[in-house]
Amino acid sequence: MKRLLSGNEAVARGIWKAGATVGSAYPGTPSTEIMETFAKFPGVYAEWAPNEKVALDVAVGAAYAGARSFAAMKHVGVNVAADSLFYVAMTGIEAGLLIISADDPSMHSSQNEQDNRQYARFARIPCLEPSDSQEAQDFALMGFDISEQFDTPVLYRLTTRVCHTSSLVTLDEERHDFKREREFPRNVPKYVMIPSNARKRRPIIEHRIKELSDFAERLQINYIEERSTKLGIITAGISYQYAKEVFPEASILKLGMTYPLPQEKIRNFSKTVERVVVLEELDPFLEEQIRLMGIELYRGVDQGKSDIVAYYPNTKSIFPVAGELTPSVVKTAGIKNQLLEEDGASSPGTALEDEYPARPPALCPGCPHRSTFYILQKLKVPVNGDIGCYTLGVAPPLSSIHTVGCMGASIGVAHGAAVAGDTERHVAVIGDSTFFHTGIPALINVAYNKSNVLTIIMDNRVTGMTGHQENPGTGKTLQNMETGQINLEELVRAIGINKVMTVEAYDVAKIEQTLKEWLKEAEPAVLITKEECALLPTARKKWLPLQVQSDKCNGCTLCFRIGCPAIQKSEQMDERYHRPLAEIDPLLCTGCEICAQICPRDAILFREQVLAESEEHS
Amino acid sequence: MLQFTREQISEDGLNILLVGVGGQGTIMASNILAEAGVNLGYDVKKAEIHGMSQRGGSVISQLRWGEKVYSPIVPEGEADFLIAFEKLEAGRYKAGLKNNGVVLVNDQKMPPITVSARNALYPSDEQLEMGLREKTKNIHWINASHLAEELGDIRTANIVMIGALSIFVSGNAESWIDAIQKRVPERYSAINLKAFEIGRSAIMK
Repeated sequence: MKRLLSGNEAVARGIWKAGATVGSAYPGTPSTEIMETFAKFPGVYAEWAPNEKVALDVAVGAAYAGARSFAAMKHVGVNVAADSLFYVAMTGIEAGLLIISADDPSMHSSQNEQDNRQYARFARIPCLEPSDSQEAQDFALMGFDISEQFDTPVLYRLTTRVCHTSSLVTLDEERHDFKREREFPRNVPKYVMIPSNARKRRPIIEHRIKELSDFAERLQINYIEERSTKLGIITAGISYQYAKEVFPEASILKLGMTYPLPQEKIRNFSKTVERVVVLEELDPFLEEQIRLMGIELYRGVDQGKSDIVAYYPNTKSIFPVAGELTPSVVKTAGIKNQLLEEDGASSPGTALEDEYPARPPALCPGCPHRSTFYILQKLKVPVNGDIGCYTLGVAPPLSSIHTVGCMGASIGVAHGAAVAGDTERHVAVIGDSTFFHTGIPALINVAYNKSNVLTIIMDNRVTGMTGHQENPGTGKTLQNMETGQINLEELVRAIGINKVMTVEAYDVAKIEQTLKEWLKEAEPAVLITKEECALLPTARKKWLPLQVQSDKCNGCTLCFRIGCPAIQKSEQMDERYHRPLAEIDPLLCTGCEICAQICPRDAILFREQVLAESEEHS
Repeated sequence: MLQFTREQISEDGLNILLVGVGGQGTIMASNILAEAGVNLGYDVKKAEIHGMSQRGGSVISQLRWGEKVYSPIVPEGEADFLIAFEKLEAGRYKAGLKNNGVVLVNDQKMPPITVSARNALYPSDEQLEMGLREKTKNIHWINASHLAEELGDIRTANIVMIGALSIFVSGNAESWIDAIQKRVPERYSAINLKAFEIGRSAIMK
């Protein structure tokens, strides 16, 4: 039986089929659905960890204890977990361990672009790359065998277009019966990485890579499709699909394992074709290694002419090094470099027409973060932001964030600016889940080293941007178990910050008054703005669209400046100033009352007034 | 009216772009289209981008049916169909459409915040129609949100649009109905099947 599964769903299924029983992850696009799917299979333990480093340590512990296990994260999560990645590459494991990295070429929802295949070479571990959902399932299953056979963690590298593409997968309910029947190892030379032991392990992991590259020669997921002898393409992952689509005549060497490489297979393949080309997204990861083997790869015809090529004198002369590949990008590069004939088909234009207004992402209607950003903009203070929905506080018209780097960076960056002697008072803005992720050590630093950073923890009671995951503040686990909730105020006080207060996030006046007062003082302070995300089921039950009274509104535009998609310009004009009046889209408005609070003419009815009006009419 | 036959789809594939605003059910519609393609016996790939802004942001989903589908991304300017759940989005994504492809536009206006906050102008229906005509004459305006509201749930507008699309593709209606039943929660099944019929007759008229 075949069923449509996304790459992420298929990965989870493959892991389950392998008999894995433990999974730990921190949510992050495009990886999130892997753990969400895995958590629903019978007989497994799945959890959200506070960050990716913890998630990987958990998976390592489980693998030491003899359970097949995995950790899943987005590409930048591997940076957080990198310390753990390197020690487990040294120790190896007892039972199979998969480390899933979901890379995001073109940065659809990420702060930077990185090719995490580099981590495989960096840490000396094998890397598997599927190119569709069927492979996403099958390679996951295979990854555990490789992990155990070679006593190594396996890097399972996905990309957005594999994670979030649905394609057909052959399903069966067969599950590998993997029994955990050993004692926790007391193998100190292997599992205690003190220098004397680590030095002994060091040559072992080099030897392991040599054995893996011999294994790669025989591995069936590294295979050749023989077609034309004119052009041979070496490719892997999603790029394979573009190779098939754009160069249907070419011979292909498809690599399912992209580190280490099957050198003999590559040599033999390149002898059978006139021109060899490497088609890979992002870094010249395969290309560099293949060129180092002394194999002559076709360089294209416009070498040295494009800006990107200038930085890569010996590689990436045909396909771009930055941004994701698409059939159009591959085809254009193919024509330019005389790998393809011009076919006269429509040339790729820009995907979006600039003759129409843009629709940039905005904080949702009813978002409890909106009020704080509105006030921060008024106060004109430097604001260091963080990673989450609230990063959208940077977008006009709220325009109130001045730096955003990575998870947990806001507080440390604000502290750095403060200790550098910046005369302005620095604000750090961080969400509840991001605070648990890596914000806590940074706040400890603020308290310990006594800077004057004013931190705002935007507590919307959920991990929002990735689609509502539970976290240590919500009182529920991923598998729906009741658990304790972190008390943010108590935690902050325990760290050593004495000025702490929680306010309702929708209370515009209270937030303004508190921030104004606190900004006059010099001690570190933490304001917690608390209100559940307006899209949570419990919040949806309370939705009540507000109304604008057109006889009171004079089109002053103040309510447009909170950037709420529910507030729109009506076609009705103010008689005196000829400005469009405001109107509220009842399908979008949740009734958060932020606009009603800031309207200087009381033209927007509050919830109670709306209810009273509707009673009058009925 | 244009009809895509089984032979055509098997030979050349069928590319569909679905565009809308977060909260309109664009992803749900693309899930149903993917299932319908499987039911009709095609290989199917469906690609979408999950990101920020669950409500009010731009959402795009790409669907490909065919004998064998490789790339999940529709090459630029190669979409046979552009299904816009909001009319500005039809204009914004028209470059994705093949020359003389088919556009189905839901006559629903949801101004982006650039209109209220940055003085951008929401185009008139005439401007949108003229812009689309640069690409194709096959433009079908459907009052899907209004029809769905009359039916009793505006959220079924996405299924009205799917019903309209189904008229252009040869194959039995059962394949589509089964796809809807597979993907829509059971308690909403009946109203969505009605929405599907309404969409079909909106085009037949």
